[in-house]
Amino acid sequence: MRNSLWRTGAVFTLAAVTLAACAGQSSTNDTGASSGGSDTIKVGILHSLSGTMAISEVTVRDAELLAIDEINAAGGVLGKKLEPVVEDGASDWPTFAEKATKLIAQDKVATVFGGWTSASRKAMLPVFEKRKALLWYPVQYEGLESSPYIFYTGATTNQQIVPGLDYLKEKGKKRLFLVGSDYVFPRTANKIIKAYAAANGMEILGEEYTPLGHTEYSTLVNKIVEAKPDAVFNTLNGDSNVAFFKQLKSTGISADQMPVMSVSVAEEEVRGIGVDNVAGHLVAWNYYQTTDTPANQKFVAAFKAKYGADKVTSDPMEAGYNAVYLWAEAVKKAGTTDVEAVKKAAGGVSLDRPEGKVTIDGDNQHVYKTARIGVVQPDGQIKEVWNSGEPIKPDPYLKTYSWAGGLV
Amino acid sequence: MEGVLNQLPIGLSIGAVLLLIALGLTFTFGQMGVVNMAHGEFIMAGAYTAYLLQGVGFLIALPAAFVVAGLMGLVLERTLIRRFYGRPLDTLLLTWGVSLMLQQLARDLFGAPNVQVASPAWLRGGVGILPYNRLFIMALAAASVLAIWAYMNRTGQGRRMRAVMQNRRLAATSGIDTGRVDQRTFFIGSGLAGVAGVALTLIGPVGPTLGTYYIVDAFLVVVAGGLGQLRGAVLAAAGLGLLNSYAEFWSDASLAKVVVFVAIIGFLQVRPQGLFFVRSRALT
Repeated sequence: MRNSLWRTGAVFTLAAVTLAACAGQSSTNDTGASSGGSDTIKVGILHSLSGTMAISEVTVRDAELLAIDEINAAGGVLGKKLEPVVEDGASDWPTFAEKATKLIAQDKVATVFGGWTSASRKAMLPVFEKRKALLWYPVQYEGLESSPYIFYTGATTNQQIVPGLDYLKEKGKKRLFLVGSDYVFPRTANKIIKAYAAANGMEILGEEYTPLGHTEYSTLVNKIVEAKPDAVFNTLNGDSNVAFFKQLKSTGISADQMPVMSVSVAEEEVRGIGVDNVAGHLVAWNYYQTTDTPANQKFVAAFKAKYGADKVTSDPMEAGYNAVYLWAEAVKKAGTTDVEAVKKAAGGVSLDRPEGKVTIDGDNQHVYKTARIGVVQPDGQIKEVWNSGEPIKPDPYLKTYSWAGGLV
Repeated sequence: MEGVLNQLPIGLSIGAVLLLIALGLTFTFGQMGVVNMAHGEFIMAGAYTAYLLQGVGFLIALPAAFVVAGLMGLVLERTLIRRFYGRPLDTLLLTWGVSLMLQQLARDLFGAPNVQVASPAWLRGGVGILPYNRLFIMALAAASVLAIWAYMNRTGQGRRMRAVMQNRRLAATSGIDTGRVDQRTFFIGSGLAGVAGVALTLIGPVGPTLGTYYIVDAFLVVVAGGLGQLRGAVLAAAGLGLLNSYAEFWSDASLAKVVVFVAIIGFLQVRPQGLFFVRSRALT
């Protein structure tokens, strides 16, 4: 008797924990439009809602759902409401390919918004190309790619990394130390940085990679202290940034002495790192929560109203939010959700978005974006200190840069 | 040259982190033989306890995290693990499932992004290459080892625990309630994971997947040190910390990991039971 009581208890505990775990997920699925019916257009949203990348990708999903809500409130697209179908890529690249197939074949979605890591995009790419379906990818990445079935609404290298280097050069930071996570984006980015440095009389004092999820940075910090660079160029991704900045800060090196230029640290990451640890350091993006445009005031207010006043907005979230609007605009222009028609219509589509004017480049399906360098402020926000003045034409293969000749 | 010398204290401080995360596991895995994959999530629970108790005081978070993680361990032991004693593979799968659930639970309670735990003001600054927060972790590891040693060797409870671990049936025949001892051992082992979690907020990220970053290293220390051996864990942690520190200094972080793994595999070929072990006539 006693034994069976325990067993019942165990089963209930398990059930309770499972239910609690599922609660957060299921509630996301019914956000947005009403269900079913032919008077809706289904669109897929595919991000990691669990696993190590959930930390970043959940916020992009939230921004995309907000855009869908807003478009529906304004009457939808072609007289139909958008109906989001949310899937979890689970930070696992084969799962991304599998869920993409499911969204296209089973749910018959008109387009998919999704992905974060380059690994997840590379896993989904053959699926979209084979099934001739559309993917909108919202995150800055390493360039050197231009799939006919992917639209890239985040920055490519000449809209983020190259402006970041231009800024450091302008400030007289000639001796750099490169720190990155050990995967395709940082390694490709550093190849570009080294080519730039060689052509611009800059010196690379060290190039170090750590595995994703690495948390022990004391040795690396010691190496940096010994090399005494003018600045660090940081392509670490995910949780490693928290450990790196905490451990760098505790050695007492200030951002004035040796600024760190990061390309994967936005408002959301600043909160996790702890403002004290990262204040004064530099970041390179195309959008900040503080970017002063009417569209951004509206975006920030709407996001806080929907998800809570303590939420922040960041560049990848804004790029995901834009992706939905750009697709909807292309569909309106095409008059249909047919993939080939939308692709043809998308070139030249131009909208005033929170980051300013964005225009789709029909040739490589990237987006013209304004580059912005910012400094992390003590309140956790990022203050822009430099921008490119006008949207930069996307150049994923760096064809227009003479120093980049040997890269591709 | 200065860099090479700096690696010595850095290695010892890496060792202290390893020791702190492995101490709890020397109880639950080393003494009881339970492969608890959810150990990392108890570390996470400790870190979130520190997050919730910000403002109350960092030192108060240490005992609080011990109790929180300890109770979680106790519940896990009473409801599930107890039924799987002697079935290590089933326990491994079971606790791995529990660890995934706990991660998702944390994500639902605290959100997916990392949360910020500010270091207390008195831990800012440092001596040479070693910041105060690293020194604090070393001191905490040393204090924990001392406390465990005193508990195991100087108290009746500790003696009963050792008796059960060395020969369960003989201990039961002598009138020891082995079920109670198991509960207590699991409580302490899990509680120590919570203490480690509080310390890790000083140097690392605080998020739902925190535990996964440390769980493998914790098992490595226990296996290399010898199951259930306190001095083995101390020596193994210090050795692995130094090896890691110098291997990374002369190569890079990825290669250092490889070097450490190869060294452990090689070492276990020579001494499959780890640095120290209890000689016994039992067949197990």
